[in-house]
Amino acid sequence: MIVTRALTKRYGRLLVVDQVDLDVREGDRYGFLGPNGSGKTTVVRMLLGLVYATSGEITVMGRPVPKRVSEVLPSIGSLVEGPSAYGHLSGRANLALIDAAGKAGSRRTRRRRIGTALERVGLAGVDSRPVKRLGLAAALLRSPRLLILDEPTNGLDPQGIREIRDLLAELNAAGTTVFMSSHQLAEVEQLCTRVGIVDRGRLVKQDDLAAMRAPTGRAIVRTPDPDRAVAVLDGQVDHRDADRLLVADADTAAINARLVAAGVRVSEITAERRSLEDVVLSVTGTGSDHFGGPGPVPRTESRGTS
Amino acid sequence: MIGVELVKLARRPRSWVSILLLCALPTLVAVFVAVTHLAPPPGQGPALLSAVLSSGALFPAAALAIVLPVFLPVAVAVVAGDSIAGEAGSGTLRYLLARPVGRTRLLVAKLVALVVYTLAAVALVTGTAYLTGIMLFGAQPVAATPSGLTTSNLAAGATTLSGTAMSPTEIALRTLGAVSFIVVSMLGVGAIALFLSTVTDSALGAALGALAALVTSEVLVTLNAASAVDPYLPTRYWLAWIDFFREPIVWRNIERGFAVQGVYVVVFLGAAWAHFATKDITS
Repeated sequence: MIVTRALTKRYGRLLVVDQVDLDVREGDRYGFLGPNGSGKTTVVRMLLGLVYATSGEITVMGRPVPKRVSEVLPSIGSLVEGPSAYGHLSGRANLALIDAAGKAGSRRTRRRRIGTALERVGLAGVDSRPVKRLGLAAALLRSPRLLILDEPTNGLDPQGIREIRDLLAELNAAGTTVFMSSHQLAEVEQLCTRVGIVDRGRLVKQDDLAAMRAPTGRAIVRTPDPDRAVAVLDGQVDHRDADRLLVADADTAAINARLVAAGVRVSEITAERRSLEDVVLSVTGTGSDHFGGPGPVPRTESRGTS
Repeated sequence: MIGVELVKLARRPRSWVSILLLCALPTLVAVFVAVTHLAPPPGQGPALLSAVLSSGALFPAAALAIVLPVFLPVAVAVVAGDSIAGEAGSGTLRYLLARPVGRTRLLVAKLVALVVYTLAAVALVTGTAYLTGIMLFGAQPVAATPSGLTTSNLAAGATTLSGTAMSPTEIALRTLGAVSFIVVSMLGVGAIALFLSTVTDSALGAALGALAALVTSEVLVTLNAASAVDPYLPTRYWLAWIDFFREPIVWRNIERGFAVQGVYVVVFLGAAWAHFATKDITS
């Protein structure tokens, strides 16, 4: 769906995006993960033809961007750096204007399209303008094949985040490819199937989330008898933290059998997987202090949402 | 897209408030003059106002002369300056372009909306001024002379030594000529503001920039030392439409005015297009 090759953007002497090779496949829920100021938004803008690349190539749905971007934009729903609306108009009037702008969509079915979109984002019958959801409704107006969303849940309350996540999963199940940028690990971990990690303009890792979180070859054992367990496992224990042992053996069934045979009680045994946070820290190094982990929402990138 | 822009223009309270104010100012002037019967002597005050007491049919032209120096260019510059920069400032520009609306299409739609606004403003000012003029001053026939308009020595439409009596149709035609000249002059301002609107994300900045250009031009027009650039200044021929009310019509400055404004419109719209089409939209 989206392929970029050596995508680079400079503003003067400032290198914002550096040799990025994105590969988003059809049906992906792609999480474009990076700290604030890492160039995510600039990449999103280049994908939509808003910002022109300094060098490199972009192909979206088989069409070169920005040269033929107008052919693919009608099948893309987008949310860039916060939604926006005309302040003097109602939510519905805003959607009607957005819908009327651009080619696709007949006038007769406009009312229905707007109704459906509002319903999807949970705004049907709401008179006030919760701008974030309105922006998402605008992105859904044309039943897009590809959603390009920049920080879609930024500024929403936990309930709203959950609803949006469910909505995106539902749309994805119905065939929509989702490309979303985020600085929140938890959000990406919960929703995405494929992750690209960007750090200071460079794409430092890109893989399926399952592959990133593949078993590490070690097992985690919890036992009320840690001392005896260490003795039984004899040198295979890499790390001990109270009742939690890290065992250098991927075969949890075999470990369990050995411990139980020796009369050691096992309360929990599981293969160790890396968390997305571990992956991010390992590829971004020291400059990753912006990554907050699954903590509260940082407010720094919420400009334009009010 | 043109339709969308016109709807936006029409649904924006600012459009109507500004036009209302434009119409209110000449009406206010007319009421004062009618109540006191103190028109400024010829050559002083707004052009043509001196003749208004004798015939209300002249008031539309006088009203245009009242709003032309400041009010009308301010209104046009605000609307034009807002066109792209306003969308950028409110964050809606990126969504319009991602709809997609082609950049050239958007610019053309904005331009059409601007022309419609200018036409509506000038037409409504002319219309209300005509009504106020007739109501307050009556509709006596008017004569045009080489030096301008007069009603002196006019007896029921007879010709005078220096002037020819003008029929209502003729006044209407001449007013129409003046209106189109003013609209084109305003488009010159609008083109400058529109260009600045593609450069900055601040609607206010674009409008003020265009007005700064006008003020500079007004200053230089009055300056003998700047006579070398005088014929090329945007405001140099702004008042040439008064020549439509001379007998015979003096075409020289009118033609030059049209030509100068035409060049400004073409150059700045071209610059606006060239800049906007290649610009990174980071707003």
